[in-house]
Amino acid sequence: MEIVQKILDGDIRAVARLMRDIDDEIPSAKEVLKELYPYTGKAYVIGFTGSPGVGKSTLVDRLVDKLRAVGKTVGILAIDPTSPFTGGAILGDRIRMQRHFLDSGVFIRSLATRGHFGGLTRSTHDMIDVLDAMGKDIIIVETVGVGQDEIEIAHTAHTTVLVTVPGMGDEVQAIKAGIMEIGDIFVVNKSDREGSRKTIRELRNLVELGLRRHKTEGPPWEPPIIETVASKNKGIDELYEAIMKHKKYLFDNKKTKLERVLFDRAKLHFVGILRDQLFNTVLKRARERGEDLDELVAKIVHRDVDPYTLANKLVERELGDSK
Amino acid sequence: MGSDRKLRVLIAKPGLDGHDRGARVIARAFRDAGFEVIYTGCHQTPEQIVSTALQEDVDLIGLSILSGAHMYSFPRIMELLKEHNAEDIVVIGGGIFPTEDIPKLKEIGIKEIFEPGTLLEDIIQWVKTNVKPRGAAEAA
Ligand SMILES: Nc1nc2c(ncn2[C@@H]2O[C@H](COP(=O)(O)OP(=O)(O)OP(=O)(O)O)[C@@H](O)[C@H]2O)c(=O)[nH]1
Ligand SMILES: [Mg+2]
Repeated sequence: MEIVQKILDGDIRAVARLMRDIDDEIPSAKEVLKELYPYTGKAYVIGFTGSPGVGKSTLVDRLVDKLRAVGKTVGILAIDPTSPFTGGAILGDRIRMQRHFLDSGVFIRSLATRGHFGGLTRSTHDMIDVLDAMGKDIIIVETVGVGQDEIEIAHTAHTTVLVTVPGMGDEVQAIKAGIMEIGDIFVVNKSDREGSRKTIRELRNLVELGLRRHKTEGPPWEPPIIETVASKNKGIDELYEAIMKHKKYLFDNKKTKLERVLFDRAKLHFVGILRDQLFNTVLKRARERGEDLDELVAKIVHRDVDPYTLANKLVERELGDSK
Repeated sequence: MGSDRKLRVLIAKPGLDGHDRGARVIARAFRDAGFEVIYTGCHQTPEQIVSTALQEDVDLIGLSILSGAHMYSFPRIMELLKEHNAEDIVVIGGGIFPTEDIPKLKEIGIKEIFEPGTLLEDIIQWVKTNVKPRGAAEAA
């Protein structure tokens, strides 16, 4: 396929259009992704997550300086929420990344969640594969700042950076539950503000607690806590060093750590595809029989049938026994 | 399922003045009309605007301007789009323009100019009528 070669050559328009087709769920995009898959798996993926406005985009912008200075090419996926009421979105992460617009070693794509929950978009894994195939060394994913459910990015990135700011005690509580599962590195950004020390202390306590509770196979990783002032470029070297250290940790522990990350990502990706395909197939067949989704739902509303029986019927009809 | 082409729009503000209120208002209106709006803030050079438009695969570029630099930046943007074979991207402008400049801007390919006082609904209606998500045909 001509398009495959264009992607591998890093053709901007071809890449941009393929990403569009992926997001719009155009069937031909899947054929291209199939051909690209053998060329993926080389890039290192870094995730940035944390509540809205904590400074994720500004940090990414600064980190890109560092990465470019050491000669790495970078792909950025910047995710913002879709309005559930209108289906529209304002994608504003680029505002903080203007300095890199003319650097051919940096490709930035803004993505809208389009109804997907969990911090990423339905398309994120495919988008990562495209950036990977086009030859980007490092891929940075900035999640939509949900501040609650960050497990998707943790299962997607090699290194996940969880960003918080001073005085967000509630947030520290919120991340308490899954702290060791989510953040490989913690950043207290805007540490020019009051309360930075206190937030760091709280985080350190949580990390220590987490380390004791959360026993895994292989040597443990103690998440560093880094103070930054992204807007003034402070602490960025330390953040970069921490990411490199975590990368080394993964590669030093291939079997127990690196392969685990890759496994988690592939599983999340595959399960998503399988679920979508099953769902779409069942609905498509139903439509072919003249049963429209809204009409099926109406039956449930009218208490003609319960949702379980109806779902079972549709699935069983296509796949045989599903109980 | 799926196969719904979403309209993607870049709202950019070339020029040196730092007032982006107008741009923000239109960005919000476009979001409420169901478009995906890439918003990049102030002080954009033509090169930055075109690079963003290409990477984001937008259907429409909306240029907001106050400072009067449009007779430099608009032609430059059109030139760069042409260089990249991206003339299929529709370009519109909004803001304060001397009346005599408007025909000149249309001549270089700016599809429409919206002057102060234009109703947001009218702009949205114009976009819905005149801009189709690219590749919509294959999706149908
Ligand atoms: N005082 C201070 N302000 C900062 C710092 N870092 C970022 N900011 C400001 O915080 C605001 C939000 O920064 P962003 O980088 O857009 O934050 P974000 O987390 O990407 O925001 P969303 O993508 O909307 O969730 C901007 O006005 C930044 O200039 C910092 O270290 N100190
Ligand atoms: Mg951001």
